[in-house]
Amino acid sequence: MRIVVAMSGGVDSSVAAALLAGDGNDVIGLSMQLYDQENGQHKFGSCCTLDDLTDARRVATQLGIPHYIVNFEQQFEEHVVAPFVDEYINARTPIPCVQCNSDLKFSRLLDRALGLNADYVATGHYARVVKLAMDDGSHIYQLYRAVDRNKDQSYFLFSLTQEQLSRACFPLGELSKDAVRTHARHYGLSVVANKPDSHEICFVPDGQYATFVEQRSPKVGTPGNIVNQLGQTIGEHGGVHRFTVGQRKGLGLSSEHPLYVTTLDAQSNTVTVGPRDALEETRLTASNVNWIVKPPRQGAHLSAQIRHRHPIAPCRVWADDNELQVEFDQPQQAIAPGQAVVVYENDLVLGGGWIQ
Amino acid sequence: MVRSQKMRIYLDHNATTPVDAAVVDTVSDVLSNCYGNASSVHTFGQSAKALLDDARRAVAALVDAQSSEIVFTGGGTESDNLAIRGAAGRIKPSGRRHLITSTIEHEAVLNTIKDLTQHDWTATYLPVGATGVVNPSDLEAAISEQTALVSIMHANNEIGTLQPISELASIAHAYGALFHTDAVQTAGKHPISVSELNVDLLSISGHKFNGPKGVGALWIKRGTRLTSSLTGGRQERNRRAGTENVAGISGLGIAAKIALNKLDHDTSRLGQLRDRLEAEILCNVPGTEVNGTGQRVTNTSNISFLGIEAEALLIALDLEGIAVSTGSACSSGTLEPSHVLRAMGFSPQRAQSSIRFSLGLGNTDEQITHVIRSLPPIVSKLRQLSGHQTALRVS
Repeated sequence: MRIVVAMSGGVDSSVAAALLAGDGNDVIGLSMQLYDQENGQHKFGSCCTLDDLTDARRVATQLGIPHYIVNFEQQFEEHVVAPFVDEYINARTPIPCVQCNSDLKFSRLLDRALGLNADYVATGHYARVVKLAMDDGSHIYQLYRAVDRNKDQSYFLFSLTQEQLSRACFPLGELSKDAVRTHARHYGLSVVANKPDSHEICFVPDGQYATFVEQRSPKVGTPGNIVNQLGQTIGEHGGVHRFTVGQRKGLGLSSEHPLYVTTLDAQSNTVTVGPRDALEETRLTASNVNWIVKPPRQGAHLSAQIRHRHPIAPCRVWADDNELQVEFDQPQQAIAPGQAVVVYENDLVLGGGWIQ
Repeated sequence: MVRSQKMRIYLDHNATTPVDAAVVDTVSDVLSNCYGNASSVHTFGQSAKALLDDARRAVAALVDAQSSEIVFTGGGTESDNLAIRGAAGRIKPSGRRHLITSTIEHEAVLNTIKDLTQHDWTATYLPVGATGVVNPSDLEAAISEQTALVSIMHANNEIGTLQPISELASIAHAYGALFHTDAVQTAGKHPISVSELNVDLLSISGHKFNGPKGVGALWIKRGTRLTSSLTGGRQERNRRAGTENVAGISGLGIAAKIALNKLDHDTSRLGQLRDRLEAEILCNVPGTEVNGTGQRVTNTSNISFLGIEAEALLIALDLEGIAVSTGSACSSGTLEPSHVLRAMGFSPQRAQSSIRFSLGLGNTDEQITHVIRSLPPIVSKLRQLSGHQTALRVS
């Protein structure tokens, strides 16, 4: 079987490549160059830098597999970075990793892979795909959480289609992170075995989102008012793009009780704050919905997750057209527009949408 | 685990060439047996010096020049830097502050001139049309008594077009300007006579004609004075400081000798192979066009495969054992749209769909047949997918 592995230069995708090659597959490593690396500068953040590409190449050499770097700068800019900046400008809190998966890895990179006569694109994601045979001889592809719940990345994959999942391979879905690091050492991949996990958004240096948005879009940063739950102005802010729902730090307010950002309004350029319990909400609406196999029945009692690493919570869901209504059994803290809500039935990912 | 050994066809000789076995033997022999410093007075030094003299004669013969006019360098890029910076530095006191080059030069020339324009110099970049050839009347229009140096490549590395050097050089000389040509893509694979070309400075690179990497030469016409860009010892008649790379230079000399002996034969044989490759691709693969219609070096063919990203085609061909190239590589090894094809007026899409086939001595008729057979299915597969992408994407 010919499999293209998307190699980022990290331990996960390196071990994915090693495992697939070890099983006798015809493995080809492709690494995506996602932003301008002229002058060898680390202009961007923590992943897919020139050093990471070098690491990916070293791993590929060690595994004896062909490896190429593909230039997706333009597509990354168009599908990931520009929408990310727009979301912050529109007072939302984006997660670009989802687009990177559905519009780059399982779109552009998948096309490259198919062009090379590959059967699958493999990544180092912690998630599982299960292929089910139907009575009529067709197949459906289901997406499941990873066995290692702590590392599970299925949340970032909810927007994949059947066609994309039919070509997806996640060799780490059954493994724990510790096991992955053990494999890395076993395969002698000392280059990556002890590399730290990346948690930040890869193209934003040092997690400084606001600075990044300001550099990209100099017209942001119009000062506006911070108001309380009664609509009274209690302070000023330097631009709505600097805030996210649930944020407590950096408000520059003194108050008896801690204050949190409860809503952001780009139109009126207002940041609304309130006490912790004002963050609690039980309902949300999501749009641009993707159901991996089919929509759940109306009012089904399932569970949903409103951000990566947020506890999953029981809820009822109503799906119609391109919208999704979720009503949680218990109030949820800080439901942030721009994040994804992903609906699960136990470990099975049903789909999700973008919180409005 | 070792990558499986399959038949590999190398069609990227404009990037670099395999080193001739006789060159390997010479380099190895000199490294082992002749380690003297050519500046030393004793016998060890004298033997090294003698090797430099031999190599200098051989390289001079390759371009029909005097051996005293050859300066050895660390390669083509250094030769270009020495020529341009050296000439600019020498001419600066005269008050001339203008440089002329073309939009299709190698980065070694373009970026050197760009750097000078940040230090008191101005530059004019001559255009090329879809032919890929500089028009002498454009030089006439751009040049003045302020022009210090004109630098135009002999043949373009990406599309192979030969430039009308002697005509351009006459224009430069009429205005009292020096003329430099980057002959990295012609030296050793196309006949060169510096007097016929009528130039003052000519860059040569060893590894483009089966010599070692990291060694090259600059031919400097007798009487042409340059400032040295490296400060140090008085090697190379005070024009290139640093202990000479005796082994590499000897290898360069042998490569020059071999190339000169076989030049006529090889040039015409590669021309036949190239013409066949080109004709059959145009005939058997729909949507293909040759880039660069002017007269070309005989080993180079640049072809657009419309509707396909060259990067994808390059990888697919490599997996089939066929090594080609496109554009110029940047730091990570990925590809940028070629500045040469853009300068010729082609769209970014066409520029990004172009593959360079550059042939060399090892290529055979059978290899070309294999390439011609391999291409059509790969191209049609990739074309099929370029329409596929929209279907895959989530709304």
